[in-house]
Amino acid sequence: MIAALISLTVLGTSLGLILGLAARFFKVEGNPLVEELEALLPGTQCGQCGYPGCTGAAQALAAGSAPLTLCPPGGRVVVTALAARLGVEADLSGVEDAGPRIAEVREELCIGCTRCYKVCPTDAVLGAAKHIHAVFSEACTACGSCVDVCPTEAILLRPAAPTLQSWGWGKPGLQPLAIAQGMAA
Amino acid sequence: MKLFKMRGGVHPEARKADSSERPIRILPLPPLLHVPLQQHIGAPAKPVVRVGEKVLAGQLLGVGQGHVTAPVHAPTSGYVVAIGDHPAPHPSGLSAATVTIAPDGEGRWFEYEVPADPFVLAPDDISARAGAAGIVGLGGAAFPSSVKLDASRQSGVDTLVINGGECEPYLTCDDRIMRERAAGIVTGIRLIQHAVGAGHAIVGIEDNKPEALAAMRAAAVATGVQIRAVPAMYPMGWEKQMIHALLGREVPAEGRSADIGVLVHNVATAWAVQQAICLARPLVSRIVTVSGGAVIAPCNLEVPIGTPVQALFDACGGFRTTPARLVLGGPMMGQQIVRTSVPVVKGTSGVLALTQAEIGRAAPAPCIRCSTCVRACPVGLLPLEIAARVRSDDLAGAVALGLKDCIGCGSCSYVCPSGIPLVHFFNYAKGDLAAQARSKAKQETTRKLAAERSARMERIVREREEAAAARKAAKAAKEAAARAAATTEAAA
Repeated sequence: MIAALISLTVLGTSLGLILGLAARFFKVEGNPLVEELEALLPGTQCGQCGYPGCTGAAQALAAGSAPLTLCPPGGRVVVTALAARLGVEADLSGVEDAGPRIAEVREELCIGCTRCYKVCPTDAVLGAAKHIHAVFSEACTACGSCVDVCPTEAILLRPAAPTLQSWGWGKPGLQPLAIAQGMAA
Repeated sequence: MKLFKMRGGVHPEARKADSSERPIRILPLPPLLHVPLQQHIGAPAKPVVRVGEKVLAGQLLGVGQGHVTAPVHAPTSGYVVAIGDHPAPHPSGLSAATVTIAPDGEGRWFEYEVPADPFVLAPDDISARAGAAGIVGLGGAAFPSSVKLDASRQSGVDTLVINGGECEPYLTCDDRIMRERAAGIVTGIRLIQHAVGAGHAIVGIEDNKPEALAAMRAAAVATGVQIRAVPAMYPMGWEKQMIHALLGREVPAEGRSADIGVLVHNVATAWAVQQAICLARPLVSRIVTVSGGAVIAPCNLEVPIGTPVQALFDACGGFRTTPARLVLGGPMMGQQIVRTSVPVVKGTSGVLALTQAEIGRAAPAPCIRCSTCVRACPVGLLPLEIAARVRSDDLAGAVALGLKDCIGCGSCSYVCPSGIPLVHFFNYAKGDLAAQARSKAKQETTRKLAAERSARMERIVREREEAAAARKAAKAAKEAAARAAATTEAAA
């Protein structure tokens, strides 16, 4: 009886001690998955997804409360990367396949108020007070922050014009299938 | 000497006799030359001339930027009339930065220093001169030659293979240049050999060009350059196929020929090297085959770079019928073009005007899994399986099956009994992969920019707070001093 009491007490105390120490020394700050997911997101904190910045979006993704297609500037690349990390099937049907877009300043409407370049998360707008602004297409993520603040609606998001470098062959049509159906009919 | 067995390949109808029996003609200067600033793989050249400036033949128009790049030169003497966008020789029909020159008809050359004996030049000097002359691979890929020479010299190659395969149907520009300019080509080969320190030089020529073989053999006597006939087969002109046929060595997947100690150059490139080193003439013209069923008198022309394609067809008597398709390069791997105003560039080996009968192709039918494409693939891939994955948007699966090793030779599409555009699937998938890579690179850049901006914003806020704190402290010190002075005054 005594031996059993002692041995169980010793066992309980030592295991409790080990668990307590492990909890202290192997403590993980936050959810590591959130950090990994945040690294896959564009990191421009534009807020288009409706969450406060990319950290918020990553937390929502990790919790499973946000769809993989939440990031408009990220496009298909981000969706496939997130799907690969989370081990789920990527549903690309919700992603606009308009291709990359960039902001464009309509010079006849721009009054040089500088509001857009103050909000641009990637410093993609060039300008000075009372001078027409312009957008560096290489730095623009089409997050739309500038569109919202422009008082004269001078900024539009346009599909990026294809260049010789970005042009590619379209996917061949699926005529074989159509023929097969026609033959079956 | 023994030749090695090759994998895959097809035997399309050659149709070379249309243009191969007429000597190379020199095309008269057109009224305007449109010289694109990017005619090579790599970064485009930066213009160094101004509108209105007079230029001489061979004078620099644009300097290369970066490592993999090539300069462009004025094809003849004249005036720069425009620097801007002009339709590019590309299937998209988009425009590219182009320098437009109005020839003055004098054809005066810019004087560069001509070396007395090119064979005493240092090896790196030869590749530097070839680079300065704007030489790129003239077989079609247009990769800057000096980059290839430098890399091969540094990694050490033992064999120089000169590609005289010309396996594409219709094209005969390499055949003609070997028949007519064999001596110059052999000198060019020896210069390249000197530049990279290769012990052997072997020229591989398809056995359907007996005259070219004979001319090259005569020119190569007592030079140490070997001339070898290889069987006529498509794609024999693919460098890895040529290496395997001649040397029995296989280039590893996703590797380069330099990995197995071989450097490959085209015969026309060897000729251009000879012109650049011995005569100090930059690459400003090339031999182009004009052929196809719609052309009245197919032939080979020596054409200044920048000549509109229309001028070439006009010089060959114009069109017999309205062409159903215009192609730059060969019919198997060439680029379809939509208008004849596009210029000839350094990589243009042929311009073809094909009739409906020549391209005739029924609508594609379903794959019957006959695996004819597998037997035809020179790389040893499974085209039917890769295409099935691309069709269902499984790009990762396609890459795992070797999509990146596909050379786009079109053998699979050519033999497919169902007429499935297999190579179109692969080109689409490669373009999509490249677009994804570009998008990822842009995301990295913008992420960095966003991080820099937030760091800057934090710094500004911190500095403002610090300045406010400093002002407050200064004010407090001043007040304390005033108080102290008041106290002293009161005490006194």
